[in-house]
Amino acid sequence: MLTVASFWTLDLQWAKFFSLDAMKKMGKFIAELTNPTFESAFAKKLVIASLETLAMSALGTLIAVVFGLLLAVPASKSHADDRALWRTPTRLILNALRSIPELVWAALLLISAGLGPFAGTLALGLHTTGVLGRLFAEAIENAPPGPAQSLRVQGVPEGRIFLYATLPQIVPQLMSYTLYRWENNIRAAAILGVVGGGGLGQMLSFHMGLFQMQETSSILIAMMLLVALVDALSYLWRRAMQR
Amino acid sequence: MRVDVIDCAARHPVAKLDAAPAIIGLTMRFDAGEQVAVIGPSGAGKTTLLHVIACALKPSSGRIELAGSDPWQVDARALRALRGDLFLAAQVPPLPPRQRVVTAVLAGRLPNLSLWQSIRSLFYPAQMELAADALSRFDLDEKLFDRVDRLSGGERQRVGLARGLVTSAKLLLVDEPLSALDPTRSEQAVSALTTAARERGATLIATLHQVDTALRHFPRIIGLRDGALAFDLPASEVTPEILRELYAQKLHELAGPAIDASSFADTPAAPTQPAVMHCR
Amino acid sequence: MTINESARIAPKLRDPAWSRRVFWALALLVLMWPMLVLTEFKPWVLFEGDSLKPTLKFLGDFFPPKIESEFLWLVFRETWRTVAIATAGIALALLVAIPLTLISVRVLSISALTGRMSPAASIARQIVRWVLILLRSVPELIWALVFVRVVGLGPTAGVIAIALTYGGMLGKVYGEILESGDAHATTSLLRNGSGRMQSFFYGLLPQNAAELTSYTVYRWECAIRSSAVLGFVGAGGLGQQMDTSMKMFAGAEVSTMLIMFMLLVWFADLVSGWLRRNLG
Repeated sequence: MLTVASFWTLDLQWAKFFSLDAMKKMGKFIAELTNPTFESAFAKKLVIASLETLAMSALGTLIAVVFGLLLAVPASKSHADDRALWRTPTRLILNALRSIPELVWAALLLISAGLGPFAGTLALGLHTTGVLGRLFAEAIENAPPGPAQSLRVQGVPEGRIFLYATLPQIVPQLMSYTLYRWENNIRAAAILGVVGGGGLGQMLSFHMGLFQMQETSSILIAMMLLVALVDALSYLWRRAMQR
Repeated sequence: MRVDVIDCAARHPVAKLDAAPAIIGLTMRFDAGEQVAVIGPSGAGKTTLLHVIACALKPSSGRIELAGSDPWQVDARALRALRGDLFLAAQVPPLPPRQRVVTAVLAGRLPNLSLWQSIRSLFYPAQMELAADALSRFDLDEKLFDRVDRLSGGERQRVGLARGLVTSAKLLLVDEPLSALDPTRSEQAVSALTTAARERGATLIATLHQVDTALRHFPRIIGLRDGALAFDLPASEVTPEILRELYAQKLHELAGPAIDASSFADTPAAPTQPAVMHCR
Repeated sequence: MTINESARIAPKLRDPAWSRRVFWALALLVLMWPMLVLTEFKPWVLFEGDSLKPTLKFLGDFFPPKIESEFLWLVFRETWRTVAIATAGIALALLVAIPLTLISVRVLSISALTGRMSPAASIARQIVRWVLILLRSVPELIWALVFVRVVGLGPTAGVIAIALTYGGMLGKVYGEILESGDAHATTSLLRNGSGRMQSFFYGLLPQNAAELTSYTVYRWECAIRSSAVLGFVGAGGLGQQMDTSMKMFAGAEVSTMLIMFMLLVWFADLVSGWLRRNLG
């Protein structure tokens, strides 16, 4: 029912989509897309943009790990007598950060950070802080309480208990969440540029705007390679962590 | 540190709120520097007594006094300072599996370190010699830089005891320190504990299943039965008749320590990760 | 003095992990540098006068959000369009995914019943898998960019973009779900001479229906998020409106729409959770 309503209210232009004109355009697009260019000057720019994208994703994730952890501590109830006054407000912040997609953050940040990869990095960092913060907070709450309790009985302050008892237990879980988000962020970083957030996306929207489909196609290939590279790195890292 | 237990009742640390109290109306006194073994059949309330003395468990009635002050009457700050002078070694020491032995042992120093020192110690362990010395008393010095999850149950238990030796605690409370050790290791561990306690003039209270070990190493023996005091005598006055009476109906425990295998089924498995569902 | 003794006299302990830690810390620093350069990481830019002032003004406009009835009506309409794009997109994605899944699922292969799959069938399956990979590895935003060029601004591009990417995802996961279950009922149907579609509807589908619907609903929720984002490249809905308002620095409008968006996401989360509980 919802589906029917959806189709009915949207002024979908199927006629236009299936028109001869559109078909011709599509045909031309596809023909050019299968013919990527790797002319040297362009290839150089492409490599730099790829590295930029990679750096954006890695740095954005790193920022998110730091702030996510800082926010996860007040956002978790660490033991039964913990009143956790900050739990609700911090969770609210984390939820707000999380529910706004990276791309919207990037568009918002353009005003203060200007066009370029910096805005994109911050956008990734903000959204991922929300995601990781919540996951980290859950990891903290689910950690076995024994080691923390034994230090608490000794009168150790909470901060040090976290560092010596809770954190070492959840590090593997935090790493796995982080790597998983990094895999996500490389995909996001690749397209953030479309709104001006730097990296491959910015190049893509530029060339696509000029209908240079050969360049577009090379950029798409670069994106896929980058995604595959990060997935492989993350896999290797995970396996190293198993030991 | 002097300890007064005055008409205390409490439930077992992990019991439900409506469970029957594990100790009732206990009154006893430990003088500074005293070494006492608490014996009794399983379920007699030994662990609960230790938890009450360690301020890990608030007595449901009665009170305790540590060095003359009631820990549950002072403010949080004073309670924390007081706790810095206590050490409670659990039967199965809860240690983070991926932590290294050196860090796990030195965690006992945390009440004495500032925040900055304790952070720095995570990157390069400060006072490693302390940890090495404590471990060597338990014949574990070559495990200093191993990871806790690579140790056997007995080794882990001794690491937990070694943590007690690096603290500056004036009251050492040890719960079943020998439950995972063979007889030779047991002797060694008990004498390491008593020697260390004597060196620093700390009060040592240990619960023990091994009655003969308790009689050999501790000058004063307290017998608990069904949460109440059965006897409180110098070791020399504890006769086989008294012991038989204490362990009546549970004579097999007198013959040999009941090693509770289930409590040593290794560290609990890491909690299963919650399924993460995200778009993409 | 033997070597052993001299080693004991100089018990200066060194942490064997230290050199490794220093190495990794340095490696991290060395990696950080190009990363900071490449991302033009200059946080102070945020606090310079000519970027701080417009930011503060923009943020200042956030409160109060714009709630004129005419504007609210517009926002509601765009929100509905966002939901509609997602729903229509998922519906089309199903049209893409279901046939491809049926071809690619190994359990429904008739030739595989007698041992190996016939080469033609196996090649067909491989091709379908590649098509699915291709569809989902291109982000929906890129598909939208392409189709905005072809059919012009408006929801059509968004619907098609979602249909293609989500078609790829659904196809893959449907395949996994169908192949992970117990295939016994299905193969026995096939063996008894039922057609593929018959054995799908009577064997495979009832077995996995709950899981399939649950995943579809979950994807629908994801599609709502991404359809809002697709607006930023001109594919209609809330995103497009937000983009316009941002370009005009209309803080109050952006704030209203952000709130609306969060409510939408929260609501979709609620509905999808409820649906999945009731269907599963």
